[in-house]
Amino acid sequence: MTDPLLRVAGLHGGYGATKVLHGIDFAVDEGGVTTLLGANGAGKTTTLRAISGMIRTTGEIVFAGRPIARLPTEAIAAAGIAHVPDGRGTFSELTVEENLRLGAWRRRDDIRPDLERMFGYFPRLRQRLRQQAGTLSGGEQQMLAIARALLLRPKLLLLDEPSFGLAPLIVRDIFAILRTVIAQEGTSVLVVEQNASLALAIADRAYLLETGRIVLSGPAAEIGRDEAVRRSYLGY
Amino acid sequence: MDGLLHQIFSGIATGGIYAAVALALVMIYQSTHHVNFAQGEMAMFSTFIALTLIQAGLSYWLAFVATVAISFVLGALIQRVLLHPLANAPVLASVGVFIGLMLILNALAGWLFGTTLKTFPSPFGAGPAMGGYVSRHELGSTSVTLLVLISVWAFFRFTRLGLAMRAAAFNPASSRLVGIPVARMLALGWGLAAAIGAVAGMMVAPVVFLDPNMMAGVLLYAFAGALLGGITSPLGAVIGGFLVGIIENLAGAYVVGTELKLAVALVIIVAVLVLKPSGLFGRTVTSRV
Repeated sequence: MTDPLLRVAGLHGGYGATKVLHGIDFAVDEGGVTTLLGANGAGKTTTLRAISGMIRTTGEIVFAGRPIARLPTEAIAAAGIAHVPDGRGTFSELTVEENLRLGAWRRRDDIRPDLERMFGYFPRLRQRLRQQAGTLSGGEQQMLAIARALLLRPKLLLLDEPSFGLAPLIVRDIFAILRTVIAQEGTSVLVVEQNASLALAIADRAYLLETGRIVLSGPAAEIGRDEAVRRSYLGY
Repeated sequence: MDGLLHQIFSGIATGGIYAAVALALVMIYQSTHHVNFAQGEMAMFSTFIALTLIQAGLSYWLAFVATVAISFVLGALIQRVLLHPLANAPVLASVGVFIGLMLILNALAGWLFGTTLKTFPSPFGAGPAMGGYVSRHELGSTSVTLLVLISVWAFFRFTRLGLAMRAAAFNPASSRLVGIPVARMLALGWGLAAAIGAVAGMMVAPVVFLDPNMMAGVLLYAFAGALLGGITSPLGAVIGGFLVGIIENLAGAYVVGTELKLAVALVIIVAVLVLKPSGLFGRTVTSRV
């Protein structure tokens, strides 16, 4: 068996004295979509923050064969992990175009072909190029955040609740686009979602997080059929 | 009429100095969310460095360039050593550092260079220019400050580094996620602000004479300019700086007299805060409670 793209083992972490993660183990395979499911406060966002080096952690995080747990956030991004944070992380004072250029900040090559491809996925962004990013709607900001992250040309894309705070119709659009993007870009994805049915629909593999521990893991289809998951997270 | 034009032109000349210091204030404000009270003393200290270099035998422009470079390094060092450890501290801690820095630089300058008024050379000479409306120094210093302001604007607007510095000041968390070394960008921002202040100090020193308190008044006018234009807007701060220079000169000549000129700055500050706290070009910042 080949090594996974990202391997997390015995990960502990939290905010100051508050421990959130109590020894998490999971892996993200190359080329696949992995999802972390869980209720509010289970530690999903914290796990992503730990991978990006935004909080202090103990334990092992190995990305593409290289330990990254001690690296600063900017070096982790440079290593090829793009993170769409909760709240979307928009540079609200800057224009849409500047936001996109920042996504590719680490790159020195011509980004125009990639920009064109992003406009193919998200035509709205092209119309709003000169607009201040803070004035975009929530859905547009989510699209901007995804495009910004993809412009890093990441090996791994971390998505934190892409459905957060969006109307159901917009969520459906975003996930439809996301499915196309993932298929065409070939980027490996780790997506965290409270909306389990959405996440399971695009994922290959799923982990269930409960109060800072992984309690269940398996192929997404199997997890979706699990009696307890259905009752607690899918609501039927 | 000639008198009025003369007052406006020399208002523009002093306004350029205020605009430069106001821009430095806004740059620091955007990353720390506080006014750097030490900005004036940093500029004063830089001017003393320039004077020392000139007295050591360097030509004016060589001393000018060296001072700008030294100030840049010192500014970046101040950020690394004093502000960086406070990244997660409450804002009041930064205010404490700013005030402490102001007092230390003021005292240090007095101790190292003396507290007596010193003349500072102008590379442009003192004679009249443009048919007598302005002095040659006024014309020269306005050109230099304008050149600095335009270069800084172009740097922030058109370069990859400038974009990253703006991003790091606005949104450090997201900047790190796209791979920007935020700590380095903030240090560069302080270096740049200190360098701009140094230019302002060297341009104003031939007019007001050099002593450890040289920049006290200038900082007050610059602050009034930054507030008038909008403390969140670099362009606004620059325009505000020029406006304050003109208002100050006209009010000094025709309304309040030279003794009460400084009060004009305070009147502007109070008026802006009462009537339009976000300034002419600033954003209104609303926050959820």
